[in-house]
Amino acid sequence: MMLLSMFTKPEKLSVYWTRLMDEMVQLGVKSLGIVILMSAFMGAVIVIQSATAIDSAWIPDYTVGFTAKQSIILEFSPTIMSLILAGKVGSNIASELGSMRVTEQIDALEIMGINTKAYLIRPKIIAAVFIFPVVIIFSMAFGFGGGWLAAFGTGLIPEEQYLVGIQSFYDDNLWMITYALIKTTVFAFIITSVSSYHGYYTSGGALEVGRSSTNAVVYSSVLILLANLLLTQLLLI
Amino acid sequence: MIEVKNIDKSFGNIQVLRDVSFKFERGKTNLVIGQSGSGKSVLTKCIIGLHAPENGQILYDGVDFSAMKKKEKKTIRTQIGMLFQGGALFDSLSVIENVIFPLKMFTKMSRKEMLERANFCLERVDIIDKNNLFPSEISGGMQKRVAIARAIVMKPKYLFCDEPNSGLDPLTAILIDNLIKELTEEYNMTTVVITHDMNSVLEIGENIMFIYKGNNHWVGNKHSIITTPNKEVNDFVYSSKFLKLFKEKMN
Repeated sequence: MMLLSMFTKPEKLSVYWTRLMDEMVQLGVKSLGIVILMSAFMGAVIVIQSATAIDSAWIPDYTVGFTAKQSIILEFSPTIMSLILAGKVGSNIASELGSMRVTEQIDALEIMGINTKAYLIRPKIIAAVFIFPVVIIFSMAFGFGGGWLAAFGTGLIPEEQYLVGIQSFYDDNLWMITYALIKTTVFAFIITSVSSYHGYYTSGGALEVGRSSTNAVVYSSVLILLANLLLTQLLLI
Repeated sequence: MIEVKNIDKSFGNIQVLRDVSFKFERGKTNLVIGQSGSGKSVLTKCIIGLHAPENGQILYDGVDFSAMKKKEKKTIRTQIGMLFQGGALFDSLSVIENVIFPLKMFTKMSRKEMLERANFCLERVDIIDKNNLFPSEISGGMQKRVAIARAIVMKPKYLFCDEPNSGLDPLTAILIDNLIKELTEEYNMTTVVITHDMNSVLEIGENIMFIYKGNNHWVGNKHSIITTPNKEVNDFVYSSKFLKLFKEKMN
């Protein structure tokens, strides 16, 4: 019902465009720092763990790069990063809308004759659906970068072997990235719509805003895990 | 003019408003007074369309609000200015952007024209040199003034004020009361003020409705409320020690 009532003609397109751009910055650009930091470190750890686990003369060194690539593209960047974004962005959305609700700012908008769901929630969903895949591409790139630094810094495998590993099976890579971005788009929709729902329908005071924020993160995370399983079944098998 | 006719409103099994009727006159400050929980805020929310009453009619200049089409309701809402108890200023916008907001959404004014109008309204409520501050950076009294400026920026026909004096010191409260009265006359608005502050009642109460247990219990003005023999109204009016003492001295 909430999503349906969002699809109305905007009161003023220019205002909505500005809102959309603001949300892209708020939800996407401002999340880049934490995403880049985590991806680089996780990429490095994946490479070190793979290299120590696959310590055999029978297995070529580039397998480490290949394993890191598979882990980062298929699961780490789209799913784990989305779970982290559910924590950061989801709680932010729910607490923003929740505090707007309890301080009557949403009522003020409604009295002015503004469709509050369309004005407040629609830009968040559209912005996330478009910007999260970009953030995840950054995550993949910095994950590989972190892995390369680990390979290069520790000397566990030759640097060129790592690069061969992450470039292997080129045709498969394209499909894997497409699969990751499809998942990310679905997760972006889940995070923003679930968090907006919990924030928008907050009632009470500061305690309830906190509760909405927690619920937004918990429900988004559970739905992401379920959607991940479903999408993997549908797209990879 | 706004007229409410035989309004009933319940939440679950609790009936909050019972057969409430009243005429809010144009160019006057109409006060809705009563104890906390008597149904004042619910009545206002019914009038502005945030709650739908089960029975009765709400007439804006003779036109039934509930029978209006969506577009007509939207038009009416652009003619309503609302001052909320806490101000309800948008946290993420500066003072000037808060005031400009309705103009941005509903007019085709240029940025320069919008700034001129917003600055005029801010000066009218004595807010000067605060344009770039955020609501959290100004005092409660100033927030109320900015909220008034935002409420009048579209030159509304109807102004609703929900407990405009709550949380303010007596001097600032009087200033806000007088500002509301002056603006009502200046813009010839139908102003509805919800309050339980007796200072406001005696300062600006030109047309008063006293709600008691969800009923329209008494109607009068700031002069007749002092002398009414109605027990419930008397209990409400003379609940403060100061007024009780004043009454004894007068007697």
